[in-house]
Parts: sequence; structure tokens; C-alpha cells
Amino acid sequence: MIKAILIFNNHGKPRLSKFYEHYTEDTEQQIIRETFHLVSKRDENICNFLEGGLLIGGSDNKLIYRHYATLYFVFCVDSSESELGILDLIQVFVETLDKCFENVCELDLIFHVDKVHNILAEMVMGGMVLETNMSEIITQVEAQGKMEKSEVRAAPFGLV
Amino acid sequence: MALKIVKGSIDRMFDKNLQDLVRGIRNHKEDEAKYISTCIDEIKQELKQDNIAVKANAVCKLTYLQMLGYDVSWAAFNIVEVMSSSKFTYKRIGYLAASQCFHEGTDVIMLTTNQIRKDLSSPHQYDTGVALTGLSCFVTPDLARDLANDIMTLMSHTKPYIRKKAVLIMYKVFLKYPESLRPAFPRLKEKLEDPDPGVQSAAVNVICELARRNPKNYLSLAPLFFKLMTSSTNNWVLIKIIKLFGALTPLEPRLGKKLIEPLTNLIHSTSAMSLLYECVNTVIAVLISLSSGMPNHSASIQLCVQKLRILIEDSDQNLKYLGLLAMSKILKTHPKSVQSHKDLILQCLDDKDESIRLRALDLLYGMVSKKNLMEIVKKLMLHVDKAEGTTYRDELLTKIIDICSQSNYQYITNFEWYISILVELTRLEGTRHGHLIASQMLDVAIRVKAIRGFAVAQMATLLDNAHLLTGNTQRNGICEVLYAAAWICGEFSEHLEDPMQTLEAMLRPKVATLPGHIQAVYVQNAAKLFATVLRKHEGETDSHAAQETSQLLIDRLPLFVQSANLEVQERASCILQLVKYIQKLQQKKVEVAEEVTALFAGELNPVAPKAQKKVPVPEGLDLDAWINKPPSESESEDEKPKAVFAKEEPKHSRSRHTEVDEKELARRREARKREQANNPFYIKASPSSQKVYDAPGVEHIPVVQIDLSVPLKVPGMPMSDQYLKLEEERRQKEKAERKKEKKKKREKRGKERKADSGPESEEDIAPAHQVDIVTEEMPENALPSDDDDKDPNDPHKALDIDLDKPLADSEKLPVRTHRPEVLKSPAEDRVNESIPQETKKRSGKEKKEKKKGKEKDRKRSKEEKKKKKHKEVEEELLESHPEEAVQSEETKEAATPPTSTSAEASELDFWLCSAPVPPAAQEETAPSSAAAVDTSSAAAPESEPDEPKDAEPEDTKSSKHKKKKQKKEKEEKEKKKKKRHHHHHHHSNAGGEDSVQNGTVEEEEPLPPMSNYFLLAENSYIKMMKEDADQVYDIQGNHQDESKVVVSVIFENKSDSFLKSMEFNVLDSLNSKLQRPEGAGAHDSLTVPFQLPPGISNEAHFVFSVQSIVMPQKLKGTLTFIVKSDESSTHEKLDFKLHFTCTSYLITTPCYLYDAYAKLLESGDLKGSSLRLEGINMPFHHLLARICFHHHFSVVERIDSCASMYSRSIQGHHVCLLVKTSDQTVSIDAKCDEPSLLGNVLDEIKQTFSKC
Repeated sequence: MIKAILIFNNHGKPRLSKFYEHYTEDTEQQIIRETFHLVSKRDENICNFLEGGLLIGGSDNKLIYRHYATLYFVFCVDSSESELGILDLIQVFVETLDKCFENVCELDLIFHVDKVHNILAEMVMGGMVLETNMSEIITQVEAQGKMEKSEVRAAPFGLV
Repeated sequence: MALKIVKGSIDRMFDKNLQDLVRGIRNHKEDEAKYISTCIDEIKQELKQDNIAVKANAVCKLTYLQMLGYDVSWAAFNIVEVMSSSKFTYKRIGYLAASQCFHEGTDVIMLTTNQIRKDLSSPHQYDTGVALTGLSCFVTPDLARDLANDIMTLMSHTKPYIRKKAVLIMYKVFLKYPESLRPAFPRLKEKLEDPDPGVQSAAVNVICELARRNPKNYLSLAPLFFKLMTSSTNNWVLIKIIKLFGALTPLEPRLGKKLIEPLTNLIHSTSAMSLLYECVNTVIAVLISLSSGMPNHSASIQLCVQKLRILIEDSDQNLKYLGLLAMSKILKTHPKSVQSHKDLILQCLDDKDESIRLRALDLLYGMVSKKNLMEIVKKLMLHVDKAEGTTYRDELLTKIIDICSQSNYQYITNFEWYISILVELTRLEGTRHGHLIASQMLDVAIRVKAIRGFAVAQMATLLDNAHLLTGNTQRNGICEVLYAAAWICGEFSEHLEDPMQTLEAMLRPKVATLPGHIQAVYVQNAAKLFATVLRKHEGETDSHAAQETSQLLIDRLPLFVQSANLEVQERASCILQLVKYIQKLQQKKVEVAEEVTALFAGELNPVAPKAQKKVPVPEGLDLDAWINKPPSESESEDEKPKAVFAKEEPKHSRSRHTEVDEKELARRREARKREQANNPFYIKASPSSQKVYDAPGVEHIPVVQIDLSVPLKVPGMPMSDQYLKLEEERRQKEKAERKKEKKKKREKRGKERKADSGPESEEDIAPAHQVDIVTEEMPENALPSDDDDKDPNDPHKALDIDLDKPLADSEKLPVRTHRPEVLKSPAEDRVNESIPQETKKRSGKEKKEKKKGKEKDRKRSKEEKKKKKHKEVEEELLESHPEEAVQSEETKEAATPPTSTSAEASELDFWLCSAPVPPAAQEETAPSSAAAVDTSSAAAPESEPDEPKDAEPEDTKSSKHKKKKQKKEKEEKEKKKKKRHHHHHHHSNAGGEDSVQNGTVEEEEPLPPMSNYFLLAENSYIKMMKEDADQVYDIQGNHQDESKVVVSVIFENKSDSFLKSMEFNVLDSLNSKLQRPEGAGAHDSLTVPFQLPPGISNEAHFVFSVQSIVMPQKLKGTLTFIVKSDESSTHEKLDFKLHFTCTSYLITTPCYLYDAYAKLLESGDLKGSSLRLEGINMPFHHLLARICFHHHFSVVERIDSCASMYSRSIQGHHVCLLVKTSDQTVSIDAKCDEPSLLGNVLDEIKQTFSKC
């Protein structure tokens, strides 16, 4: 199971947070801070696994992260997930973002967090990996995007 | 009005959208909070508007603010509003917001049930998808219960996109509503073989999650997963399956044996590191589970270790990390293989990466030996000094303690050294683990009696230098060691050189700044010291010293009497009064030492931390029952003993152990050892190599004479190193000595060795002290259970459900009944039930087919041995597979209790017990199954799917015949095993697995509970119930060939007499024939393979071969039997008529692809027919349910009041229905490539509906 997916930048500003277990807003912020603290002090060329933070459940959990330019992508997972598999999944996620946003950068994530959520929803559902095939993910995301556009075109002023 | 709306929407154009909000926040860096609060006010205004677009925009912004940590739960109702928008765009915004901030406590969630249900059944797949995604995040037990049924239906949706989401979300549903697991499981299992890889992967995912928590319930799926593993090329799926096998192997070592080969192959062949790593992991799990079973697994270990070494040496830190992680698993069972890589692991300790260092530390734990312990710990101590961050340092500290204390201090040869290490560790500032060090000190001092003198001296020094430990900060965790120090000095004060000085140190004013519980110990132990001092000075002519001590206490104790801490205050005031009284006595020259000492007398026994829990509850004692009336308010029941100082408890139980006689003690000790051997959480009594002296008293312990001068004079300075040197010297000396001993020249030993009375030859390295490590006490009759390690609050506990047990009626998923929009009726229940049953049946059939495959293989190998009699063949089979024979006999026995899942178990056993696969055979068999002659059963599972086609052309008609016969035998054998099982369910009328499995045609009562058995014939002696014939065998998919139908008949003895020699006979028609054993005549009857005592019933199965299935058939039959009572026995007979309907030749075949279905209809091969039913007064889905259930159809697509349905006959005829309804009139347009079959099926459908 994936317990949480966090994206934050080099300063710890959250760009996306998805928790698959319920926490209060305060705890969520604490977890983000703690995770940032743990991850950010690590050098570039050391391993991408971290024994879990204190806040987000127990010894069974691991933080698996990747650092891309200004962003950290952190997955908190338990022992049923394959570590290397999750690393690949992060890669798929980022590549998908790259395709959907055309050269994704932090700004895209800042202004379109809802879109990022929608993409993520096609990959991970309720903490379980739903789809790992990038083209399938993109197909579904684009189909939904089209649907959204057609709805907006049909009622540009929201009258319907 | 219109103007207002237009105005509203124009306003909206000037509203902030999400991008504006984000931009705004970025532009207000200084007063972000203020800016956001104005935004929230705006949002509140927007939410008040009627326009859904405005609301959606507001909710979208709220979702963003939620991420920033703002509580937006106040808008929950608005979120629900947006969720229920008919537009996908808004709906998605709503669901996203809900998934981010709804949880079980959100009260508006209960308003969403109907909306979600509506979305789930939406014709637009993305509406459904969005609802499923959202629901997966906020599903509550109520939602799970109400929607389980809807989601289960979606698992068979035509679109794989929906199917995979529905499959995944089922896991969440199971967690919240465990009752849904069993009804939904068959369908979930079916999804493992879904044509869509995404759906398949989702199903694997869910089952892996389930199985991880309760592996034993999923063992029966092992063959299926094995098949997937050997056939799948999707690494994601493979990884999951391999991980799952890792969880299953500990439960079934035979499975491990089967796995080794394919896993090793994968390890060799795969290029994906992730897969390689998981394979290695699972091989390790297998090896652990096999640890003794397989002689030649050393090659596998070598392979694993070798691959792991490659990972560890890789420049990629991730691989290094994982390599170490996996290595630590091998370590547990095969330490030798890992120890040879010690160099590599020590190297990793210097890695710049903390995670890697931690992993290397874990490995060190298992690599220590008596020889290298000191050396390794020394290295670790160096790291402690170097360590920057406290986390890593703390980790090092715990590791050092773990390493030293493991297996009951097995590797420690010199406890002085260990105490010194502990004392050195107290110099760590800011560590959280003061209590750990403290408990180690206590443990060693209590259990290693010989070390007490040394320990006390060290502790006295610690107390003297307490100011070094406490520092400034009160919260400094290290001061916990003072707790231990004070207690040890007090308890073993007889070893103190200068108790007066220690007493003085314990009563310094600074002590009052320590935490309360430590002060309390100080006060109490000051009293103990006082007693020691008194005794020391008693008898001296000059009582000055003793009186001085009393005065000291009287002076200092008032400080503690004023303490805010209750315990300190209480103890201090008590002891103060006592001392005052003693002082009075002293002044009167009364000798009091004896009495004062008696206050603290008594020997200590260490008690296992869980001893209390392990006391078995005496019979007849209900601990939960109230003794008196329950008070209005319950008190907090949670009184967990403070783990850290659990060792303190012995104090209270001192007297308890005094009256126990020696015999009793020995007995308890035995029980305890047994218990501890099974429980990994106990410090084990030293294993074989080291003798433990359960010394009954202190006298027997060799007293160590220690040169205290060195350690005592350098308090707080590193000193453990010198032990290392000493130890080396000692070993050197020992070696030399041993040589000398050989020459029979005894020399005087080193000072340190004086105490060492242990036999020399015991081990290479003799301990410096012969230590008496006292094992922990456990209560009499302690229960050897490990249950207490499970968390009672674990949600997965509820999912520990036996999945092989047939479903009971009560287990149906709840279906809403009183809701207006889409009404469902009990009949739909049956659909829902019947579909999973159907799937179960299918998989069951597959398994049987597997068996057939195996049989076939075997058959081919015995081509030459023709025409043998039934029994002989069977015997032969058993002979050639003795293992299997034993197995099946076992399962027959196991099948006796009616609830046992014998059938499943035997399948699994059969699969597992097949001989280990010869190398390489695994890979060969799949592509060229026909060639696989001798690899027989082991190879069968993989080769099964495409075998029939491959094999068919070569086989002659006669061999086909023979095969069939054997198959039948096999079936019958199986049936025998199942018999009692079946029977049981029939009686409970449970509509269980096997009964529902075969839908009834002649079903009278529309409401459950129902039985699929109906009366065949009855007389005063016996009642025959027939189950509908549906277990059809479409054997080679050969249309011209005859097909088989199995009829289950229950025989119930109604009389008081014994019924025996039952013979079943049917008058064959041209078309349908009862299958009789080879050699039997066409009119011979079949012997029913059991006898019936009075009141007992049992079930038998009869196989019929059917040539044409286009017409219903009726067969006349007779049952003859002998009624045997005490006096007489008579021959009786009962006639019956077997009715085969056309429906019974149809197999429910789900049709996933509407396109394929449409093509089939358009192809023009099918001939049409139609049917009109008037006055049908039931809801449409109710009607569909009936058709599905009674006539074995499945719904392909349903739009409003129109549905397409599909079924297939056992001979491959396609039957398609288009069912439409309007106003009590139902029209059914049907198409089939066999018009007469269609006509008969329609007639039967008509009949079904005319009945109600």
C-alpha cells in the first residue's frame, strides 16, 4: 500500500499532497514538514529510501523519493510495495506529467494542482497502484480533458 | 430572473479562479495568512450562490487551501453539492475535494450514498471512474455496506477501465465491511484471469494485500498464482505475485520447493533489477521456510548471496541498500553464508549514506560471535563518537545494546567489559535511550550475580558524578540511568566499598531536580543504604558513625518530603519518620540493624515481561463478567506496565516465590523453557554451548575477585578498550595455558581468571566470568501463545476469513430494498449470488480440467496398457504416483468433518505434492505440451490451457474414449471426497457453494432460502432429491462429440432401518446414456458407493453422456436397495424420472466485449425467434435476474429497460437474447445458431415466468 504521495519543492512548499489515510490538516502539514526535513538534508548521490518518519505510521513504512530539479516526489509506502517498483512508478508519474504539461516545470504544478491530482488518480487509487502503462494513463487523462472541454464549450457561462 | 442568472455568470467571470488564487498568494508573501482569510471569505460568498459553476470554482480553490493546511471541513456540504452536479467537470472537482478532506467522521458523507450509487451506474465511464476514485479515499463502513453490491457488479463491467477500478476499490470495501469479502471473493478470483492486463494486475494487487495479512486463507490460490507467475510477462504483476509467494511459503514448505526452480530461472534470466531483487527475496523466504527440508539448497543460498553481493557492490546506492536489506534476511537462517562477506558489510558502515549504515548495522547484529564481539563493538563506539545527528547515534546505541544482549548475552565473555561499555554510553548527550541503558544495567546486575560487585562500584561512581549526566536540561533522557544506578547501589549495597559516600551522593540537594520517579528510587534506596551502613557499624564500640548517618538522613530527607511528586513525598516522609525513630533507639543504644535490614531482605527473581499476561485463566472464571453492578462510568482499563522498568516488578513478587518447592520449580522451569523456545520475544536461555547454572542460592556462585583500582579511578573516562586488550591477553594466555595443560603442567592463572571455574574444553573462548544468567520466571501453565503480539486494533484482523467455505444464505451482500430510484428485489440477490458462484464453478472446472490434463499426460505414457478394469487402472495410477495416493487418502480423511474444505485442500495438495520439477522442464512444457510425456503432473499446471487443442489431432477415437473414462473416474473419486460436504449444505438449506452452483430450473418458491434440490422420488424408506444437472463437461470443445452431464442425487434414509446395496439404473435413450464402468453391460445398474444408516443422507453423482442437446430429455430410472432391520431384510425399489431441460446444457459465459457480441449478431449465422410474455409484474432487473439465474445467461449490456444477454451451450451454440419490457409486457428476441435449442430454451423461459 502507498500511504501518501507528497510533492514539495526545495524549500518544503507543498505542491501536492495526497494522503491515503486520514490525518487532520495539522498533522498533514507536520508530516510534510518532517518528510521535507528528512529528505532535504540528504545528498544527491545517496540512496532514495528512508526508513519512515515518525509521524506517518510505524516501522513497516518507508519513504521512497526522487528529486527532480526543484521538486521532491516522495512516496510513503509499506512493505508490500517493491522499492524499485515505486522508484519506477515515480519515474512514470513524472514522465506522464511531462507529456501532459509539455515540459513540466514547477510552475505547472503550482497552478494546476487539480490537473496533477487527476493524473495521479489514473495511476494510484486508494493507495494501490492502478495503472503503470504511461500511454494508457495519458489516453484516459486526455479523454477526460476532452470531455471537460466539450462541456465548457457547450456552456461557457455555466448557465446549464 | 434570466437577467439575474446572466448577471451572476458575468460576475463569475471576474471571480478568482484557482490560478488567480495561487498567483495572489504568491504576491502576498508577507501577509499570506491575511490574504488567504480574505480569499476564504470570498469563497464563502461564492458558495452561497446558486450557480454550480461558481460553487465548483470555490470548491476547487478550497482543495488547494486544504493542501496548505487550512481546515475546509465547514464546506463539506457544498462539496457534496458539487459532487452531485450532472457535469463531469464539476463532479470531478467535487469528488477530488471530497477525497482530500472527507473521512469517517465527516457527517455529510451519509448524504452521498445515493449520489455515489447514481454515479457508479452512470452510462458515462468517467463519471463512474471519478466516483470510484473518490470513494476509494473516503469510504466508510456505512458506504461500504451500502455500495458493496453495486461495486461488485462493476467488477464485471464491460469496460476494463471501470473493472480495474472496481476491483481495486474492493480492497477498501473489505477493510471497512469485512462481511463482503466472502460473497465478493469468487468474482475477485475470477478477475485474476481477466483478459485485460490492467484488471488482472488490480486483482493481483488486491489479493496480495489481503493475503499479506492473512496468508493462510489464500493458500488455495497458490496454483493459480503459480500459473500466472510462469505465464505473465508483466513485471509489475510478477513482482506482486512473487512477493505474495514470499508470504505464503512459510505456511506451506512444499510450495517453496515448487517455487525454487522457476524463481532461480527468473533470477538468471531477468534483466529487471526490481524483479531480480524480489525473486531473491522470495527465494530467501523459501529457504527460511525449508531450512531443514531440502538438502541441496546451499546452491540457492550461494546464488542469492552472490547476487546480493553484486547489488551491494553496485555504485547505485539504492541497490546497495536493498542488497543489505535482503542480506539481513538470509542472516537469520544462514549466518555462515553472510559472515563470509563481513568485509563488505564493515565497509558499508563507513558509507556516507545513513540508510546504508543503518542497514549494515542490522547485519552486524547477526554476525557477531564471541570472538569478534568486542572488536565490532569497539568499531561501533568509534562511530558513536563520530556520529553527527542524534538519530543515527541513537540508532548506534540501540544496536550496540542489541548486539550485546542478544540471545541472553550469548556472545559476551566479559561482563565487566559490558558494564564499562554501558557506562561509556551514558556520556552520550541528548540521547533518547537513557532508559535502554538503564534497563540493561538493571538486567545485567540482577541476572549476572557474579558481576554485582563490579556493577555496584561503577554505579556508585556514576551516582557520584551525577552532575555530569544531568547537565542543564531536565529532559535529558540519559538521567534515566541514575534510576538504575541508584537502585543497583541500594539493592546490592553489601558490595559497596563506601556506602556512606554513596548515601551522601544520593542525598545531594541537586537530586531534587531529577524527574520524580528517579527521586523516588533515590529515596527508597537511600533507606537501603542506611540499613547497610547501620549493619556495618553495628557491634562497633563507637556508635558515632551510625548516628552520623541517621543525622545525615534526618537533615536531607525533608527536602524530599516537600517534593511535589506524590511518591517521592510519601516515601520520604515515611522513611524520615522511620529514621527518626531509629535515631531514638540508637541513642538508647538499642541494636536495630537487624530489624532495619529485614525491611529490605529477600532474593530477587527476574520475571519475564509478559509473565502476568501468560497466566492461564482458570476454568470457569470469566474475567469480563461483572462482579458487582457496573458503575456508571468505566475507568480507564489500560494499565500497561511501564515497559522500561518492568524489571522493577520483581520487588512486589518476592514473597510469591518463596514457598515453591524444588520439584515444582524444576517443572516450571521445563515448561518455561519450552515456552521460550517457541517464542522469539524471549531472551532465550543460553543455547547449548553455554551452560546455565540455575543456582538455587547465592552461595554456589563463584565469587569474582576484581581489581577495581583501574576503572574506579577514571570515572567517566573511556575504559572499555582496556578490556579488549585484556581480553586479547587473556586469550593468548589461555591458549598458552591450554598448551601447557596438555603437557599436564598446571600454572597459576591470571588474576582475572581466578573466578573462572568453567570447564576449559567447552569452547574455544571461555568466558572471563562464569556467569549465572538467571532465566526469567514464567507462571505455571503459561499458555504458549504468541497471540499477544498481534494488535487487536488491526483492521485486517477482521479479514481473517475462510474463503474456501461455501457461502451461506446470510452472507449475501446487503441490497437496498426501499429506495425509489432503482429498485432491487431479492431475485437480484440471487443474481449476485449466482454469478460469483458461477465463477467459482468455472474455476473449479478449470481445476478439474487441469486434472484432466494431467491424466491425459499420464495416459499417454501408458498408451500400451489397454483395457484394464476400473479398479486396476486406479490402482495403477496410485502406484505410479504413490505420493499422490497417500495425499488423496489423507484428504479423504480430512474430508470427514463437514465444514472442512476438503475439495480445495485436496486440489492444493494434489498440486503441491506433484514431484518437484526437473530443471528446465518448467520452461519446456508450456510451449510444447504435447511432447511432455514423462514430466507428467508437475508440468501439467502450466501446460493446461492450450493442451486440448494441441493434443487432439493426434489422438485416435479409442484413446479419447479411454481418456474420458479415466476422467470420469477421477471425477467420481473427487465427488466421493466432497460427498458429505454437499450433503451437509443441502440440509442446512444454505444455498451454499455447491447447491447454488447449479442453478435450478424447477424452482418453486421465489424467495430465499431455497434449495436447488428438488424431489425426484420418495417412498416410505427413501427420499431422492435431484440437483439440477448443470455440471457439464464440454470436454474437447468438439462439437460432434457427445457431452457429459453430471447429476447429483441425494439419498435420504427416512426409515429406521439400514439401507444397503443401493443400485441406480436408468433406461438409456438413444441420445442420453448413463456412463457405466467399462466392461459393464448397457443395462447394468450402478452401485451407489455407500450405505445409509437410519436418518442419514448422502449424495452420489452420476455421469450421463448426451449426444444432442437441442431437445429436453426425460429418462426413466429405478433405484433398488435392501432394507435391513434387526429381524429381516427386504428388497425394495423406487422408480423415478430424470428430466434434462435444454437450459441445463447452457453454461453461463460472461461476455465482456460488447463489440464481439454485436459482431456475432450481425454475422447472420444466427436464426431468430421471439417470445412475448404478458402480465409480468416484476421490475426489469428482477426479470433479468431470473433469466440469469434459472437459465444461465449473463447480461452483456443493459440500457434502461432493454438488455442484451448471452449464453453458450456445452456444445458451443451461441444463444443471444434481447429483452425489452414495457407495461407488464416483456418481449424477448432471441438468436441462436440452433433453432430447436432456442425454441426449447424460450419455452423453458416462458414456463419459468408462467409459474410466478
